[in-house]
Amino acid sequence: MDAYLIAIGTIAGIYLLLALGLNLQFGLTGLINFGHVGFFCVGAYTSAILSTKGVPIPLSLAAAAALAMLAAWPLGIISIRLREDYFAIVTLGFSEVVRLVVTSEGWLTNGVQGIAGIPRIFRAGGGEAQAVLMLGLTLAFCLISIVAMMRIVRSPFGRMIEAIRDNEEAVRSLGKEPARFKMQVLLLGSMLAGISGALYAHYIGYISPDQFIPFVTFQVWMAIIMGGVGRISGTIAGVLILMFFLEGSRFLRDVAPFIPEVSMASIRLGVIGLALILFTIYRPQGLMGDFTKR
Amino acid sequence: MILNINDVSKAYSGLVVVDKVSIRLDDGEMIGVIGPNGAGKSTLFSLVTGFLEANDGDVVLDGRSIGRQSAAERARHGMVRTFQVPREFANMTVRENLMAAAPRQSGENLINAFFRPRLVAAQEKEIGARVDETIAFLKLERVADSLAGQLSGGQKKLLELGRALMTGARVILLDEPFAGVNPVLIEELSSKIRELNARGIGFLIIEHDLGALSRLVSKLYVMDRGRLIASGTPQEVLADPLVREAYIGGGLA
Repeated sequence: MDAYLIAIGTIAGIYLLLALGLNLQFGLTGLINFGHVGFFCVGAYTSAILSTKGVPIPLSLAAAAALAMLAAWPLGIISIRLREDYFAIVTLGFSEVVRLVVTSEGWLTNGVQGIAGIPRIFRAGGGEAQAVLMLGLTLAFCLISIVAMMRIVRSPFGRMIEAIRDNEEAVRSLGKEPARFKMQVLLLGSMLAGISGALYAHYIGYISPDQFIPFVTFQVWMAIIMGGVGRISGTIAGVLILMFFLEGSRFLRDVAPFIPEVSMASIRLGVIGLALILFTIYRPQGLMGDFTKR
Repeated sequence: MILNINDVSKAYSGLVVVDKVSIRLDDGEMIGVIGPNGAGKSTLFSLVTGFLEANDGDVVLDGRSIGRQSAAERARHGMVRTFQVPREFANMTVRENLMAAAPRQSGENLINAFFRPRLVAAQEKEIGARVDETIAFLKLERVADSLAGQLSGGQKKLLELGRALMTGARVILLDEPFAGVNPVLIEELSSKIRELNARGIGFLIIEHDLGALSRLVSKLYVMDRGRLIASGTPQEVLADPLVREAYIGGGLA
């Protein structure tokens, strides 16, 4: 049971990094990024490929963050000035392009077979000690990101991105260029997704293209919507709710053993979908409040 | 600051909405632009402030051609507009709205926000003091910490004026400042505009409330179907048969 909780905690931390990035982009700035998983994928593959080729893991983690940002940069240049719905479509397309590239460039990514034997970050000690250290590292990244995010929210930069979320035209009328701020937000969010992807790859030990489908992006969206868009506490709460539903539905079989194994995946999706519907009807501002105040 | 609008034109696939309009706003002058609905007044504002690209003509601010610059660049030169339908930052407080408008904030740079907290804090304090002054000037004290989205129409117009002031603008273009504002607040708003004008800020104002506008401006320009059809003092213009024709023709007696 302890091992189970440590595992859930680590996965929750990985989701939290993704969700913090998306909350910065959508919750605070209003960027509708439907391609978050693309940057997660870039980070995962970068660190997996480098570390299996013998590059030290601290370096491969840094490279994952850098490459995720490097992928976001040209995307930002061509799409950051688009209206928000168009930006959403472009980013969704981007994440699918990333997935297709890692599927077809077998010489680099081993194609559909994926990359196995990705080294763990902590190799000393027994399995349990390794797991605890991995949990600690993941949560440390989360903590740093949360502190940084709080700093951003309280800064004039944070005020400006909220202004952009509320009314971009008005921001321009005051002599500020929204594109500059949105680009930085896109890069920061991608960096978090890249780090998250690298941690995921080293934690799971095996990655393949089918783990990086748009559904991952939408799980993160569900988390921030259920928790409360635009608030850091909401992001944390949302990830916990998401984990509760994802994991809780595992135990559904104990109460309802008549459900066949193959239906479980669909049932879990159904449960999350139902929760999302109930949230949008009864608590559209999410669990932790609304846009209004921190 | 002198604003010269020179022969500015805009057409949408052959339909001319603004046709070679020229207006000169002298240093500290206050000018009104009137005309029936659809005359092209708001489009003209968008062309002058860079929210729309003109097909032809130029905008010159203090001798500098700015007709090809972005909206934000033009605003940084000291010419700021407001909007017909107020565009407040609805989920931010009145105070935050005004803070955001201050120019050249070092804390808008992420590196400074993270690594030079003292520089940023000092500047925030400075901006905060200016915001307090602006709030007191506009008599928005009671709502200073309310969300801007919850203000009345008139208060939102005041807030937009306040944001323009916070940028340090020398020329302010007001797009229907009195629309949807109750008569008491119109008087209040007028007196604030007059006071700012006395401090040397130039105003170009689009307005349908001819009474309130005539008491404010020294000169009126009249637009109809994209063109300037008359200009002069409010008395001259309102007596002009061509203007009466345009207004009655436009259904606005």
